[in-house]
Amino acid sequence: MNATATALRGVGLGGVSAGTLTQVGYLARRSITRTVRQPILIIPSLVFPLFLLAVNSSGLDAATLLPGFPTNSYLTFALGLTFMQGALFATMGAGQSIAGDIQHGFFNRLQLTPLRGPALIGGQLAGVTLQGLIQGVAYLIIALAFGAHLEAGIAGVPVLFALSALVGVAFGSLGLAIGLRTGNGEAVQGVFPLMFVLLFLSSGALPRHLIEADWFQTVATINPVSYLIEGFRSLFVSGWDGEALGLAFGVALAVLAFGMWAATTALRGRMERT
Amino acid sequence: MNPFTTRFGRAARAIAWRQLHVMVTKPTLILPSVIFPLFFFAAFAGGLSAVSAAPSFDYPSYTTFQYVFVLMQSAIFGGVFTGFAIAADFEFGFARRMLLATHNRSALIGGYAIAALVRALLVWVVVTVVALATGAEVAGSVGDLLGILAIAVMLNFAATLFASGVAMRFRTLQAAPLIQLPAFLIIMTAPVYVPRDLIEGWVATVADFNPMTATLEAGRALIIGAPAETLLALGVAGGLIAVMINWARTGLRRAEAAG
Repeated sequence: MNATATALRGVGLGGVSAGTLTQVGYLARRSITRTVRQPILIIPSLVFPLFLLAVNSSGLDAATLLPGFPTNSYLTFALGLTFMQGALFATMGAGQSIAGDIQHGFFNRLQLTPLRGPALIGGQLAGVTLQGLIQGVAYLIIALAFGAHLEAGIAGVPVLFALSALVGVAFGSLGLAIGLRTGNGEAVQGVFPLMFVLLFLSSGALPRHLIEADWFQTVATINPVSYLIEGFRSLFVSGWDGEALGLAFGVALAVLAFGMWAATTALRGRMERT
Repeated sequence: MNPFTTRFGRAARAIAWRQLHVMVTKPTLILPSVIFPLFFFAAFAGGLSAVSAAPSFDYPSYTTFQYVFVLMQSAIFGGVFTGFAIAADFEFGFARRMLLATHNRSALIGGYAIAALVRALLVWVVVTVVALATGAEVAGSVGDLLGILAIAVMLNFAATLFASGVAMRFRTLQAAPLIQLPAFLIIMTAPVYVPRDLIEGWVATVADFNPMTATLEAGRALIIGAPAETLLALGVAGGLIAVMINWARTGLRRAEAAG
């Protein structure tokens, strides 16, 4: 009983203090080390989006001939979807990591330490942030090498990476919430197709005004992922589009807020169960 | 002689029955193979229909164009999902017991293939109903439609043989990506979104040599009642089956040797 009480106090969800930041640092280092040491965590998130980019940019190049299509390069247009796809892999990465920690008992050992809840969540997300940045750099370099164009210029690069990291962390927090709630890697994997539904039922393949089917256009307009893709895309296609970027950062922050709330609630629930 | 009364037939029927029973009693196993094709159909036919307005896109209906793709894709994924079931049976020890109990062990592959076909037929019925309800146009004759069905059945059999070969070599569900990835690659490097002459870049080259291209193009031609290259598609599918029979047989030998 006392041990449980101590554990619950240890992982309490108190305010951020210097101690909490130190704890975040420790867990962040572990999370980053794990990400770097296990290329299998990064490689799929690099290879699959780039493969889909390569296939789509060839297969859908004819779409650039449609009146009103915003660019004559489908490769440039499709990069928004690639960045978003990478972020969805971050969701899985974060969820799998915490689920693995729970399944292998590391989480139980953490409970015996005076670790705070925000430190656990923040630390776990450090690896996701790094993964998001690595992905962003790789996507950009490869796409530019194959002829994509960054209309926003060199000044757009930090904004692109900031949005990439923010979206990665936002969706990573959702993955963390799922991992904490289920405590099972297979269950986290089971959510992956749902993420793909969000990705494909968006404006990822065509601009919203060119989508013919009314129902699809409505779904794409409601789907927050459309705004994230359009934010990434604006930097490549139209340069500095304040509205698209504002919406993308706003949606990312909203997803992050929801994800952090869900992760914190799930963490509290898991503490009570174990 | 009724093939189902031979030793091979009885064993294959029993294995197929078990697979289908598991599928019916655990809907979570069948749902992905039904939902994924429907989702792809919705995403492609709904979201990309504007592409058919591109110059030189000379196919009458984009919904029909994508319906044939989803039909062939689900034929392949019917085999892929069956491969997962085989891998799981080996991982959890059930397949080893079946190896001991079966006189002609090739019946294992036969049984799984029957189950894969039934699974695919179920998916095709659902996809066809949805496609017809959402505007897919069928102008082909009964013979043309039987041609599409024959191509799809052959693709399903080839995919099941491929997946069996991988599953029996590795005998673990961790080999799932090795089953899924080649299937995904062969599907996505065919003319998925537009006819072949509108594809640009490296995918255009790959599509020329991709066996999936011949089956897709023949299916798309048959459904609008303008058969073209049907024999080529049937030949390609038959060739795939011939190669994959050997692949599955050697996989079975590996599984037998592993005990």
